[in-house]
Amino acid sequence: MNIRFPFMKYRKIAGIVSIIIFSISVLSLTFRGLSLGLDFSGGTLVEVSYETPVELESIRNTLIENGYEDSQVVNFGTNLDVLIKVADQNGNSSIGEAVYLLLNEKGFEGELKRVEFVGPQVGAELRDQGGLGMLVALFMILMYVAFRFQYKFALGAVTALGHDVVIILGLFSLFAWDFDLTVLAALLAVIGYSLNDTIVVSDRIRENFRTQREMQPKDMIDLSLNQTLGRTVVTSFTTLLVLFALFIFGGEMIKGFSLALILGVLVGTYSSIYVVANMLMSLTLTQEDLAIPEPEGADLNELP
Amino acid sequence: MNKFSIYQHLLILFVLVLGFTYALPNLYPTQPSIQVAYTDSGKSADQMLLNELEDILKKNQVGYEELFLREGKIVIKFSTLDQQLESKTILQNKLLDKVIIALNLEPTTPDWLKNLGGKPVKLGLDLSGGVHFLLEVDIDTAQLGRLELLLDTYRKTFKEDKIQVTDSSIKDLALYFQFKDKESYNKALSKYRLDSPGINGLQYIITERPASNSLLLEYSDVALREIRDYAVGQNLTTLRNRVNELGVSEPIVQRQGSNRIVVQLPGVQDPTAAKKIIGKTANLEFRLEANSRTSPLRKEEFSFKENEYLTAFLETAVVVSGDRVTNASSGFDESGFAQVNITLDMQGGRQMQKATSGNIGRKLAVLFVEQKSKSELVTGDDGKLIIEQTTYIEKNIISLATIQAVLGTSFRITGVGSPQEASELALFLRAGALAAPMKFVEERTVGPSLGKENIELGMKSIMMGLALVVLFMTFYYRVFGIAANISLLINLVLITGIMSLLGATLTLPGIAGIVLTVGMAVDANVLIFARIREELKEKDPQTAIRDGFSRAFITIFDANVTTLIAALILYIIGTGPVKGFAITLSIGIVTSMFTAIMCTRAMVNLVYGNKNIKELKI
Repeated sequence: MNIRFPFMKYRKIAGIVSIIIFSISVLSLTFRGLSLGLDFSGGTLVEVSYETPVELESIRNTLIENGYEDSQVVNFGTNLDVLIKVADQNGNSSIGEAVYLLLNEKGFEGELKRVEFVGPQVGAELRDQGGLGMLVALFMILMYVAFRFQYKFALGAVTALGHDVVIILGLFSLFAWDFDLTVLAALLAVIGYSLNDTIVVSDRIRENFRTQREMQPKDMIDLSLNQTLGRTVVTSFTTLLVLFALFIFGGEMIKGFSLALILGVLVGTYSSIYVVANMLMSLTLTQEDLAIPEPEGADLNELP
Repeated sequence: MNKFSIYQHLLILFVLVLGFTYALPNLYPTQPSIQVAYTDSGKSADQMLLNELEDILKKNQVGYEELFLREGKIVIKFSTLDQQLESKTILQNKLLDKVIIALNLEPTTPDWLKNLGGKPVKLGLDLSGGVHFLLEVDIDTAQLGRLELLLDTYRKTFKEDKIQVTDSSIKDLALYFQFKDKESYNKALSKYRLDSPGINGLQYIITERPASNSLLLEYSDVALREIRDYAVGQNLTTLRNRVNELGVSEPIVQRQGSNRIVVQLPGVQDPTAAKKIIGKTANLEFRLEANSRTSPLRKEEFSFKENEYLTAFLETAVVVSGDRVTNASSGFDESGFAQVNITLDMQGGRQMQKATSGNIGRKLAVLFVEQKSKSELVTGDDGKLIIEQTTYIEKNIISLATIQAVLGTSFRITGVGSPQEASELALFLRAGALAAPMKFVEERTVGPSLGKENIELGMKSIMMGLALVVLFMTFYYRVFGIAANISLLINLVLITGIMSLLGATLTLPGIAGIVLTVGMAVDANVLIFARIREELKEKDPQTAIRDGFSRAFITIFDANVTTLIAALILYIIGTGPVKGFAITLSIGIVTSMFTAIMCTRAMVNLVYGNKNIKELKI
């Protein structure tokens, strides 16, 4: 690679930026929390499609008059589609149909596109399962990277992943975007993707540490990052291309999903450059950490 | 140099042929068809029904393409939608409630493909439209029912064995017995211990309290599992029958986890009707038998449930309805005959007291009320005959017994037959034809228009994403880019083929997973090409190509394994649509590794291998 960009020169600034954004995310998650989608909050959702735009306010009033005080009415995609969310009422599963019938009766005759009901218990279970799944994924990846590379890389990789996940969650919390099962799925995919990047970079650092013995760790990491930069940019670019296609053409139901992935690719690309390298620098990766002829077997012995 | 061996070529060829063959069924259109099954789900369709259907269709001169028996149903294929509807109308008109007819779209996969196991990809409910229900079986109620029976049995046995009991009840799903003295206590304990061993292990957990001469008995985990499996199993059967009534062509009724049941009904558009049938709880009415003084206007004739030829006249006024029943259990009376103990709520008790106080000696009937559905032929607005599914209510007498005393909130029905029948009646009273009550804990309904819209949007995203990536790769990597693009297309075919072969379900997030794969699949090739570019600086083109591929391999492998870990976890924790995403992502990762490494290499070898190249444009 001819591009010689001194990445490590800016590592302190990058570290500070990361810490600031990370802290904002944590604060937002603590105090604002996530705006949980139906999958996790439980409740009922009805999507009705109309031939002419209807006034959301009058639908809202109709609902309130008929005992659905705790409900949200919003447009979904176009102004012809209306999405109604009603909070859970003791696990009552017939609210969706009742709301649709009520609206039809009161003159809002439309086509029923979708009814979803998630009981409070199922919502809580999905929440627990999702959180647990995320932790298990992070742990297993930590183990794999520690096994394949060396624990310092594994710490770097998992810090990068934690960084990505918290920042994306923070953005969803900050902007009060709906966090549902598909967003969780996107988040897990981001873990996979971001790691993909991290491994490519780590792989190159490991290789250079073994071959270029006379270089300083800082220069070595810079060299590795520059060598993989072309690939990182191209892959992120093609992935972003398809994700924007999905975001624009994929419809309202997977908007949150594609949004989480787009953010994930951007943050993931950044973190595999700065977070991982920063961690390796801070942990002072040395020649000895890697200078063993049989990498796999030896790495296994080095596990703390 | 840079040439694949014959085996490597054969492997690529084999995978390609396999992938293309199993992806092929997705290109064939679907064909209108109907599926005919007996209303009685215990009966499978046979040659007789087949001949009958054939006769009716021939007599009415309705054209059809094929008529055959498959898995207990008769499938009739048509060339037009009009024929499909016309024949459904005619057949339903002739056979009425004897059969259930479901409209369907059959794949037109040719026989040779079918014989190889080829079939189109299954679409999830978010793409096909339909309803998804998750029902939870209330195991505690089932357990309570068993405990009540057990309580009665032990009360009886202890009495026979002269074991003196001062108090007995059910507390927190455990039987509680207080004995008069140590002797009774010891006798009862040995009786428990004798009864406890079951087929699979101990049935009871016995808590001994010798200080107070009392014993607690709970079901062991083994016994609880049996109770749960029995209740869920019974409910599954009942649900299958009910779903069968709805006339859906490919329903899914499956156990999920320990006490939940998933019901999926593709193509069903009216969730309310479906819910009514699936979630129906049989109701009950207590009514007095009509006597000579009852005016003819105020009496109705009903048949008995077990014998429809036997009937009785009942008053039209309902004394108490089933929703006033708070509990029901079976047991034995003083002379050892089976009985059903019923507890009503306060209001029910008052009503019962009022109705029975002046009517001792008359008979009280328990009426079983069931919601059913049937098809009827009606004339539509345009004068054409159309079939209408209507729900109706059927009422049968399940018990008719003499009132012996004024009844209140708690009373019993005797003369109910065997202990088994008594326990069934108690069950009906509690849960209505179910082994344990169920409730809906999740529902997702997708209208048919939304399903279609989702498919269109999904396909559009794939196409747009693919076009963008292909353009970029061609522009950026030239010849190598074209090779990567061909690999990408092969990758899509392989994903489709494997999805079809595994019978995996495609969902909207699943399509998103394919789109994502398109973007990420080129990564492997990008890695390789970047490496080749680097190697070119110090090596000749042939060596650079060889080393580029081999050096990048380890990186690609590591990077993909970790994504696969994330996808597998997603598959385990995800439900429905999200599982679909995990499936396409996992398959995509594996196929993209194959195509990016093997297929691209084969193409590059074909173009550059065995040649003396001075300069490589990449």
